[in-house]
Order: sequence, then C-alpha cells, then structure tokens
Amino acid sequence: MSRNVQRLITSRGAISGAYALTGVALVPLGLVLAYTIAKGFPSVTHLEFFTNVERPVGIPGAGIAHAIVGTLMLVGIASLGAIPICVLGGIFLAEYGISRIADWVRLGSDVLIGAPSIAIGLFAYALLVAPFHHFSGLAGSAALAVLMLPIVMRTTESAVRLIPGGLRESGLALGLPRWRVSLQLILPAAAPGVITGGLLSVARASGETAPLLFTGFGNPFLSFDPTQPLAALPLTVYHFALLPYPSLQEQAWGAALVLVVMVLIVNLASRYVLRGQIRFAGQQ
Amino acid sequence: MATATDPTIAVRSQAPPAPPDRFRLLTAVVACAAPAALILIVFVLFQQAWPAVIHYGLGFLVGTNWNPVSQEFGALPGIFGTVSTSLIALALALPVGVAAALVLAEQGAAGIRSLVGTGIELLAAIPSVVYGIWALYVLGPWTFDHIETPVSDRLGFIGWLASASPRSLFTASLVLAVMILPTLAAVSRDVIRAVPRGLKENAIALGATWWETTWQVILPSARAGIIGATILALGRALGETIAVTMIIGNNYQIPPSIFSPAYTLASVIANEFTEATGVLYPAALVELGLVLILVTLTLNVVALLLVRSTAARAAI
Repeated sequence: MSRNVQRLITSRGAISGAYALTGVALVPLGLVLAYTIAKGFPSVTHLEFFTNVERPVGIPGAGIAHAIVGTLMLVGIASLGAIPICVLGGIFLAEYGISRIADWVRLGSDVLIGAPSIAIGLFAYALLVAPFHHFSGLAGSAALAVLMLPIVMRTTESAVRLIPGGLRESGLALGLPRWRVSLQLILPAAAPGVITGGLLSVARASGETAPLLFTGFGNPFLSFDPTQPLAALPLTVYHFALLPYPSLQEQAWGAALVLVVMVLIVNLASRYVLRGQIRFAGQQ
Repeated sequence: MATATDPTIAVRSQAPPAPPDRFRLLTAVVACAAPAALILIVFVLFQQAWPAVIHYGLGFLVGTNWNPVSQEFGALPGIFGTVSTSLIALALALPVGVAAALVLAEQGAAGIRSLVGTGIELLAAIPSVVYGIWALYVLGPWTFDHIETPVSDRLGFIGWLASASPRSLFTASLVLAVMILPTLAAVSRDVIRAVPRGLKENAIALGATWWETTWQVILPSARAGIIGATILALGRALGETIAVTMIIGNNYQIPPSIFSPAYTLASVIANEFTEATGVLYPAALVELGLVLILVTLTLNVVALLLVRSTAARAAI
C-alpha cells in the first residue's frame, strides 16, 4: 500500500473517530432526557401534582406546588438583587474596559463562575442564617445571586461590546453625557444580549441544589414568606430520590421532569432572544 | 509644528476641566461586587473554619478519621475521593470533549455542528440533581450489572478492581465525566477556533491530510488553551456536589477499590452540615469547604491565564 493511501486512510479513520466520539458525547443527553420523561410522566399527568403540596407517604394526591412556588420566589428575589448590579458592572467592563480595575473584575468574575456552589452555600449560611438562628428563603436567594453575578456580568459585557461604536459616538456627538449614552442608547440596543445572560443565569440558578441545602432549606408547606424556609424543586428531587418509598421516588422523578422542562424552556428562550441580537449587530 | 501661540491649543487650554465621571465611578464600584464577593467568601469561610484550623493544624489535611463523637476530624479520605473522582472523570471526558471540539470548530457540515453544539449546551443546562437521580436509579444499577460485576469477577485479584457496588467511586466518576464534558468541549472549541487560519491553510497547502493538520498543527498550537479547558473542567468536577453525593455511596474511607463507596469533600458538607453541632464539628466541615474552594480557585486562575494566553496569541 502506498504511503499516501495510508495517510488518507489514517485521516479518514481519525475523522470518523472524532465524529463517533462526538456522538458518544450526546448519548448521555438522550438517556437522561428519555429516562426523566419516562419516569416523571406518570406523576405530571395528575393535575393535583401542580396544585397540592407534600402529603404523608401513602396518602394520594401529593403535589409539588410549594416547591414550584419556592423555586420561583428564590430565583425571582435572587434575580432582582443580582441583575441590576450585573448590568451596571457589565456596562463598566464594556465601556471602560481598558483599565487595571476592569482586568481584576474580569478575572474575579471568571474565577467566581468556577467557585464550588456548596462553598457559596456555606458563605450564605455564615452571613445570613447563623446570625438569625433560622433558615430563610432570603439567604437562599442571596446564595443564588452570588452564583448569577459573574454570569450576567460577563454576558452583559459581551452584549454591550457587540453594539457598533457608531451608536455611542453619535450619542456623544450630540452632547449626551456618558451615562445617558450607556443607559439610554447602548443598553436598549444590547437588551437582547443582556436578557439572554439573565435567562441563562436564571436557568442555572433554578437548577442549583447545593447552595440551598443550608439556606433555603426546604419547607413541606406552601409558603410565600421569604424570611422563612422555602421549598425548591431541586431540593424536593434530592430529598425524595434518596428515600426508600416508591411513591416519593415517583414524585422526585416528576419534580425532576418539571425542573428539566423549566430549565430547557428558559434556555431555548434565551437562544431565541439572542438570535435577534446577532441579527441586529449584523445589520450595522 | 505647534507652538504656544497655536490657536487650537489656546482654545483647548481654556476649556473647563472635564467634570469627574460619576457614572464611571458608580459602575466601577458596582462591578467590584464580583471580586469582592470572591474575597469575602474566602474570608468568611476562613473565619468560620478558624476553630478547627487552630485545633487540628496541618494534621487535618492528612488525618483519616471522621468521628464527630470523639471530635476527631481528618480530611484525607474526602480529599482522596474528590481528587480521584475528578481525575477519572477527566480521563474519560477529555478524548470525547476534544473530539467534539474538533468537530464543532470545523468549517462546513453546518447542520451537524449546530445540532451537536445545541446538544452539548443542553447537556450543560441539565441541573446536577437530575443527573443525580438518573445516576442513582439508572446509571448506577447498569454499571453495577454490566461493568463493575464482570470486571471485578474476572480481574478482582487486582485489589483496586475488586468488590463491585452499585454506588461507587467509579459511577460517581462516570457522572462527573458527563457533567464536565460541555465545559471541555465548549472551551476547547473556542481555543481551537482561535488558532490562526493561516497555520491551518499552510498545512493544507503543503498537502497535509485532515488528521496531519489537526494532530501536528492545530492541536499543538491550541495546547495551552486545551490544558486550560482541562483545568477549568477539573475545577468544575472538584466542586460538583449533589450528583456525586447521590451516587458515591458516602462512606468516609480511602476506598480499597474504585468500585467501592467513597466520599468527597463537597458531599461530606452537603450531608452533615445541617446536623453538625458544637464548635469543632461545623468548623471542621467549613474547613473542608475552605480546602475545596482554595484548590478550585487556584486551578481556575491557572486555567484562565492559560486560555487567555492562547487567545491573545491568536489575536496577534
């Protein structure tokens, strides 16, 4: 066999290998989704699953309404706290990005993205649970806000950077102060990108369990009071999955399915919004 | 050449000094929330762990007992579990992740690429507790029946392949491998894309095949960045809590075999912190968290510098 044929065969083999391994990468995605749907589906076919709260083992009609409400409250409060900070911080990084402070902020937030979420939970516990002697939804929201902070800040930065310089220069040429240019011209133009970052961080935060273990803690009842312990979908999945009762395990799968559907919807919504942004940037 | 009498300079020197940019100051202060949070986290954990730090000293890191009753706490089994699960996960995920990154960074075949890209991003979006419940009820029993039992039956005479168990270090590593794959693939794809096009085109112009171009030109050029991606993924694996806690079996020991139950730093904290009473017990748990976050943060800083150096080289 000539050397060139051998080289060609090696190359073809390597390409097939790379594609095969890529296929392997997608197998777990398919399996996780398939099992979650198959095992969670029996639970979500009952309407009570979405309207009732936990019931003792053996009593039918148990639901996860409290966990859905809890997750929405925890993530909602965390977003209210984190997103304005992140948007201003992201504007700083994009508009005044060439400075030593900005470099430190970038490094700090990139490192914070990789910080173990359980450590953030311990941090929130030490600051917001231990001094008050009880678990609270607010402490859980604070932990989630710390998680969201670097994600939204960096995505806001890249969204603002996508905005063509001409827009900024026209604003400044009209005599507008920097803050008006940033907040009233650039930010609206970058809104889809910023919203995408916000949605991605919301998706990430709603799936987090570890930071909530000793902050939000969980609550078997429907509660709207963030100063008290709050239930959350991931906590329900975690606690029920490890119990030996089949009915609770089934509820855990059902809650997992609801969680996955929520997270994937938010994720896909963020892609849809981002597509608009890229189209806008491309037109300029 | 401009002189002091140049009218433009005269006008400029008469212009009022620019007012201090308060907006810049405000956004800068707000932006500092991110690094400030990081420093505060480390500081608070250090403060909370202080009783254990002074009581056990460096012996904490090499102690193998974890006994709340006799107040003996040593971190070694936790450190061993965390490091070994993460390294096995990395070894499993690295070839797959880099292969996927090569496919994703490739020109052409846009349909497949966007499909694979979306799939891998969705893989990253699935919450870790969902991986946990899947591992507990599906993956764990399956690997026990089809991998661990056959392997330990035939190769059990090798000590670290003996005694299969449905919840084990090995299964935890498998789940971790799935969970770090998206990080590996996405960051590697970005650094491979950042390899200057000219390099690749030169190799092709010289008659190199796809494989020769990839193996001899693209991968060496992206090496620092891929190492960075690997370290970032390692950091994620070290800090992952819930999925591992659900599947590793939670046995505080240095496991005799990779098929035995073990424990990780994050899982010990997750399982025991709400029930820890007294002074030393919670402090020891926080110290585990401190060890974990310091290792992870160091790895992250190194990884980010490596990834940035690759990106910066590409920009030149």
